[in-house]
Amino acid sequence: MDAEVTQATGPALEIRRLSKTFGGQKALREVDFSLLPGEVHGLLGQNGSGKSTLIKVLAGFHEPDPGATLSVFGQDVPLPVPPGEFRRLGLSFVHQTLGLVPSLTVLENLLLPRLSTSRAWRIDWAAERAAALATLARYDLDIDPSAPLSRLSSVERALVAIVRAVEEIGARRGVLVLDEPTPFLPRRDVERLFAMIRRIAAGGSAVVFVSHDIDEVREITDRATVLRDGQVAGTLVTQAASREAFVRMIIGRDLDAAASRPARAVPAPTVVLSGLSGGQVEDLTIALAPGEIVGITGLLGAGYEQVPYLAYGALPATSGTLELPGRRLGLADLSPAAALEAGLVLIPADRPVAGGVGGLPVVDNVTLPALSRRFRPWLLRRGQMLRVARDLNAAFGVTPNRPELTLSALSGGNQQKVILAKWLQLQPVLVLLDEPTQGVDVGARQLVFRAIRAAAQNGACVLCASSDADQLAEICDRVLVLARGRLAAEITPPALSKHAIVAQCYQVAA
Amino acid sequence: MSPSRGRSLVDQAERYGLIAALALMVVVFSILKPETFFTWSNLSTILGSQAVLVVVTLGLIIPLTANDFDVSIANVLTLSSMIIAVLNAQLGWPIWLAVVAALAMGVVVGAVNGFFITYFRIHSLIVTLGIGTFLHGLTLYSSDSMTISGIADSLMNGVIVWTLFGIPLEFYYALILCALVWYVFEYTAIGRRMLFVGRGREVARLSGIDTDRVRRWCLIASSLMGALAGVLYAGTQGAADPVSGASYLLPAFAASFLGSTSIRPGRFNPWGAMLAVYFLVVGITGLVFLGASSFVQDMFYGGALVLAVTLSQLVRGREEQQF
Repeated sequence: MDAEVTQATGPALEIRRLSKTFGGQKALREVDFSLLPGEVHGLLGQNGSGKSTLIKVLAGFHEPDPGATLSVFGQDVPLPVPPGEFRRLGLSFVHQTLGLVPSLTVLENLLLPRLSTSRAWRIDWAAERAAALATLARYDLDIDPSAPLSRLSSVERALVAIVRAVEEIGARRGVLVLDEPTPFLPRRDVERLFAMIRRIAAGGSAVVFVSHDIDEVREITDRATVLRDGQVAGTLVTQAASREAFVRMIIGRDLDAAASRPARAVPAPTVVLSGLSGGQVEDLTIALAPGEIVGITGLLGAGYEQVPYLAYGALPATSGTLELPGRRLGLADLSPAAALEAGLVLIPADRPVAGGVGGLPVVDNVTLPALSRRFRPWLLRRGQMLRVARDLNAAFGVTPNRPELTLSALSGGNQQKVILAKWLQLQPVLVLLDEPTQGVDVGARQLVFRAIRAAAQNGACVLCASSDADQLAEICDRVLVLARGRLAAEITPPALSKHAIVAQCYQVAA
Repeated sequence: MSPSRGRSLVDQAERYGLIAALALMVVVFSILKPETFFTWSNLSTILGSQAVLVVVTLGLIIPLTANDFDVSIANVLTLSSMIIAVLNAQLGWPIWLAVVAALAMGVVVGAVNGFFITYFRIHSLIVTLGIGTFLHGLTLYSSDSMTISGIADSLMNGVIVWTLFGIPLEFYYALILCALVWYVFEYTAIGRRMLFVGRGREVARLSGIDTDRVRRWCLIASSLMGALAGVLYAGTQGAADPVSGASYLLPAFAASFLGSTSIRPGRFNPWGAMLAVYFLVVGITGLVFLGASSFVQDMFYGGALVLAVTLSQLVRGREEQQF
C-alpha cells in the first residue's frame, strides 16, 4: 500500500478488528479492511468465507462482536451501524438482486429509495423526469425514464441500480458496494458496467467490487482483499498479482495436502442426459452409471443449479433427451409428473417452498408422491399411512418419529430427512439433488449423506448440484464443473478433492 | 406428559368450541323465547331451510382447499334455478330434463372458470367475479327480470314437502353431500393432492401433481355444487327469481372460514362448514325472534366473515395468506 497516499487523504473506509459470531461459530475473525478514495477494491472468497457477513455489518444488518471500530472518510462511526443509517454515512449498496421493481418505470425505480423514506405529499413528475433525464445523461445512459424497467436489458438494469445507489450518496464522495453485479451479464455488457465503475471511482468515491470472477476482479480493481474462513487471507495489489496468486489465496495454500481417494470401478452408464439446453444451460451431456454419484458445480451464474430442474421438467428446457433403461424422454416437453413416472425424483433446495409443506403433518408430506403406488387411492386409511410414515422415518433416522406432527415442528435436518424419505421411497432410477444439505446442521449432514449413498447403492444414479465443494468432495464419485452454462471440466479421483473443485471452478470461469 | 396433555386440551377446545358455542346459543335463545324459538317446527325450519346454504358452502370449500376462490357460485345457483323454471314451467320440459340441463350448465361454467384461471394465469377472484356477473346478466335476460313460478310439484315434494323425522328431505341431501365431501377430503388421494395444491403449489407440482388439472376439477366441482344448490332452491320456492340467490355468497364465505376453525382446525372442512352454517343461522334467527330487524342479517354475516377469517388466521398461527 502506498503510505503517502493514505496519509495525504485518509482512507475512505476503515474497519479494524471486526469479528462476528453466529451461535458459537465465528463468521468473521479480527478482520481489518480499508478502502482508499478513488480506488476499486475487490472482495473475494469462497462461499461461507465471510464476504456477505462483512457487507451486512456495513449495512447495519448484523451487529458485530464488541471491540471493532469503523471509520468513514476519517469520521468514527459507532458500531453497530443503526439500520438505514448507512446512507447518511455515504455508504451505498447494490445487491445482486438489484432491488428494482421490473413492472415500474425507470423513473419510479430511481425515486423508490426517496419515496420510501420521505414524506412527500406531492410529486412533481415533470421536474423529477427532467432531473432523471439529466442524471442518466450525466452517466451517458440513453434510457427513457418512462420506460418500464422490464423493457431494459440486464446490463441497463444493473446500470440503473448503480446510478440510483450513487445518487443516494449525493454529491459528496462515498463508498459504493457492488455485491456480485456481473454473474448473469454477457461478456460485452460487463465492459459497459466497468466503464461506469471507473467513472464513479474517478470522482473520488471508493468502490467495493464483490465477485467470484477472478478475471473481472483483475480487470477492474486496483487492490483486492481475499477472505478465507472468516479471516483476511491477504490483500493483493491487482496489477502485481497473477491469476494463480489469487486462486492460491482464495482456496488456501494447502492445495497439495488435500486428501485424495482412489477411483472406483464404475459400471457402464445406463442413464444418459444429452444435448440439454434451457435457462442458462447450453448443450450439456452427462452419462451416469448405476450407483454413481455425480456432482455438478460452478461459480454463480454458471447455471449448474438449474440442471436438476431442467432434467425433471420443472424448468422448461428448449432441447435435450434423457435416455433411461428401456425408455427415452424428450426434455423439451417433459412434465414433473412424467419424470416421476419414469423413475426420476428431484429433491429441491428451497425446502419451505418446493420441498414440503411445513403447516401439514409429516405423514401427509412423506406419503404424497406415493399415494397411488403404496395405497388404495380411493380408500386411504390413516392408520396405514401413519405406519408407513413411521417406518420411513425410522429408516431415515427422523427424530422425533411422530408423523402426526407438522413438518415445521421438526428441526431443519430432520425436515430434510423427511423430504429425502418422501422421494427415495420410490426406488428411483435417477435422483436429482439441489443443495441437499442447505440449512442442515453438521450432525444431520452425515445422515443425509448416508441416505444419498444408500440410494446409490440400491442402483440409482445420483446427480447432485451444489456450490459446497466440501460436500461434493465427500459424497461424489466425480464432479462436473460448468462455466457459462457449458461443461468446462470434469474432476475424477484421485484428483477429486475440495480444493481441486474450487480451483477448477475459478480456473474454468475465464 | 403434562405439556402435551395441556396442548391436547387446547386442541380439543379449538376443535369443539364451535359446537359448544352453538349449543350455548340454542340454550340462551330457548330460555329467552321458549314458546317460539325452542319448538320442533322452528328447529325443522332452520335445518331444512338452510340446506341450500350448506350446499353452497360445501361447494365453496372445494376450490378454497386448492387456494382458489369461486365467487360465481351464487350466480350459478340463481341461473340454475332459473333454467329449471324456464325449461319446466315455461317451455314444458319434463322436470328431470330441466334439472339435468341446470347441472350441465354448472359443469360448463366451472370448466370456463378453470380454463381462464389456469390457462391464462389469472387470479380466480377476478375470473369468477367476471363470470359470475356475466351469469347474473344471463339470468335477467332469460327471465325477463321476472320471477317465474309454476315449477312441477314433484321437485317441491322431493325437496321440501316430504319429510323424514319431521325434517324436509333437502336437509338429508345436504348431509349426504357433506359426508361425500368429507370422504373425498379425508380418505382419497385426490383430497390429499387438493390440500397440497392449496398449501404448497410448488411442492405439489414437483411431487408430480398436475396442479392445473386439480384446480380445474375443483372449480367444476364447486360450480356443479352451485347448480345443485340451485335445484334445491327452485324446489324450496317452487319458483325462481333472478336476484335473491346472490345473497347466499357472503354467508357461504363466512361459514367456510368459520368452519375452518373447528372440527379440523386450520383446514377447510365440510363438517366444520355445516356446523358454521347452523351457528350463523341460529344466531340470526334468535336475534330476529328477540325483535331485531332484518338488517341484522347483513351486519351479522358481514361481521362473522371478518371475525371468522381472523379466527382462522389465528388457528394457522398467522402465517401469510397465500391468496
